[in-house]
Amino acid sequence: MIEHRPLANLIAHIVLWIGIAIVAFPVYLTFVASTHEPTIISNGQMPLTPGSHFLENYERTIFIGPSSTTRTPVGRMMFNSLVMAVAIAVGKIAISIISAYAVVYFRFPLRKTIFWLIFMTLMLPVEVRIYSTYKVVADLGMLNSFAGLTIPLIASATATLLFRQFFLTVPDELVEAAKIDGAGPLRFFWDTIVPLSRTNMAALFVILFIYGWNQYLWPLLITTSGDMQTIVIGIKKMIVTSDALTEWQIAMATTMLAMLPPVAVVVFMQRWFIKGLVETEK
Amino acid sequence: MEKRAIYNNRVLPYLLLTPQLLVTLIFFYWPALQVVHQSFLLEDAFGLQSSYVWFENFQRLFADPDYGRAFGVTVIFSTVVAFLSLAIALLLAVMADRQIRGANAYKTLLMWPYAVAPAVAGVLWLFMFQPSLGVVAQSVKRMGLDWNPLLNGTHAMTLVVLAGTWKQISYNFLFFLAGLQAIPRSVIEAAAIDGASATRRFWTIIFPLLSPTTFFLLVVNIVYVFFDTFGIIDAVTGGGPARATTTLVYKVYDDGRLGGDLGGSAAQSAILMFIVVALTAVQFKYVERRVHY
Repeated sequence: MIEHRPLANLIAHIVLWIGIAIVAFPVYLTFVASTHEPTIISNGQMPLTPGSHFLENYERTIFIGPSSTTRTPVGRMMFNSLVMAVAIAVGKIAISIISAYAVVYFRFPLRKTIFWLIFMTLMLPVEVRIYSTYKVVADLGMLNSFAGLTIPLIASATATLLFRQFFLTVPDELVEAAKIDGAGPLRFFWDTIVPLSRTNMAALFVILFIYGWNQYLWPLLITTSGDMQTIVIGIKKMIVTSDALTEWQIAMATTMLAMLPPVAVVVFMQRWFIKGLVETEK
Repeated sequence: MEKRAIYNNRVLPYLLLTPQLLVTLIFFYWPALQVVHQSFLLEDAFGLQSSYVWFENFQRLFADPDYGRAFGVTVIFSTVVAFLSLAIALLLAVMADRQIRGANAYKTLLMWPYAVAPAVAGVLWLFMFQPSLGVVAQSVKRMGLDWNPLLNGTHAMTLVVLAGTWKQISYNFLFFLAGLQAIPRSVIEAAAIDGASATRRFWTIIFPLLSPTTFFLLVVNIVYVFFDTFGIIDAVTGGGPARATTTLVYKVYDDGRLGGDLGGSAAQSAILMFIVVALTAVQFKYVERRVHY
């Protein structure tokens, strides 16, 4: 800083710690609840320190699930969420990188039109076309399937734009060299473009994995059977509003398990996360 | 900008674009056209016949007090969440931008809520504020407030605002911090040499230079509150009590689930589409300014 002011620095530390405490407190309480007996929580007598039922609660959550509302084990829900998140992330990256490659490295009729068609999907989030998209998926017989959960979401204007921007910075000499060496477009794509795009792919993967894992409205519409349920939807169904039947210890353990994978991805792949966050919003 | 060195091939580019175009046309454009088409149709009670009524569905919608109410709820919700999350994030970012020890650790400890699903964020806050067993709700009650988000609309709104703000702070914080770090130190040093105090430097130099970031975040936050908070509302209040937390997006979902008025529901979606187009246009018009100061 410009001036050396120990007091101002101390205030900064205090403000940041208060911020962190406010941000972390709800999660801490949830964790505490996931380690207690159900009766102690529903009495409103829950202490602020973790209880002794950690293993028991998590074991039941993952392998058996809540008994009252749905019998799907949360382990199964996590598997569904994982498949959905990875399929969406990988699918979006794959179809976007080839689209961007076509738009940048070739000249063909309707090139601009197609680019705009992809670009304009930014303005059509699922929320504005909920039921008509649902109807298309239903007509195609894709309800309650991984195809229905993922394929309608894998078009990506953002990822296509990002790859396009990146390809435009790749030196022309590389294409010329590849041509002289006799490499065709597919060979050039596979041997040069894909390896060069690795960092961008990693950054996109982090953002898109979180996007896929956290989907709510779409799986809510598309899945009706218990064993296709994703974990985020599962939690909602466990909490029975205005009812004492909610098994809070199981619901809270599920909440912890729903947060764990995406938070771990953000924390451990921090560098790519920040890069992805900044670049996808440009 | 265009590439000079390119490949010549008549078929390959179309093949490469096919997967993206198929998904786009089948799951984006076709349903979107359906929405616009249906918004001009009126179905009879049995769903057997439909006739073109042009803007009648829209007129009916604007005359409906429920729709006006949902509009009001959305505006209040967006404004409060955007203001609170931007203000808190800016305060934290300014503090983290001081060259203090552990700045990177603070960044890590503040950014992870980005990864939490909106619905899950809603559940976290619902649990704390559950009137009969929530830890915070009990303290609030002991202070003499009859807290009950299940019956009181203002309380329910407060709860979804808290969850929505909590979830958005990390995103705004990361962008504010990046914006602050892009401001040249020399400008701030020059002001300090001229004798400007830290507060004065913030309001006359840092805040104006940060305005492109702030503006960008404002638009992004409004879009966030419009669409991404669906999960929060559905998990925490289900739009209630008595529609006190029913936003425009939630209303489309809720009305459609009950079935019935197809044209009216499509008209609601068409209006939302118009709002997104407007917001995106604003975002892209000013996005250039954000990049270079």
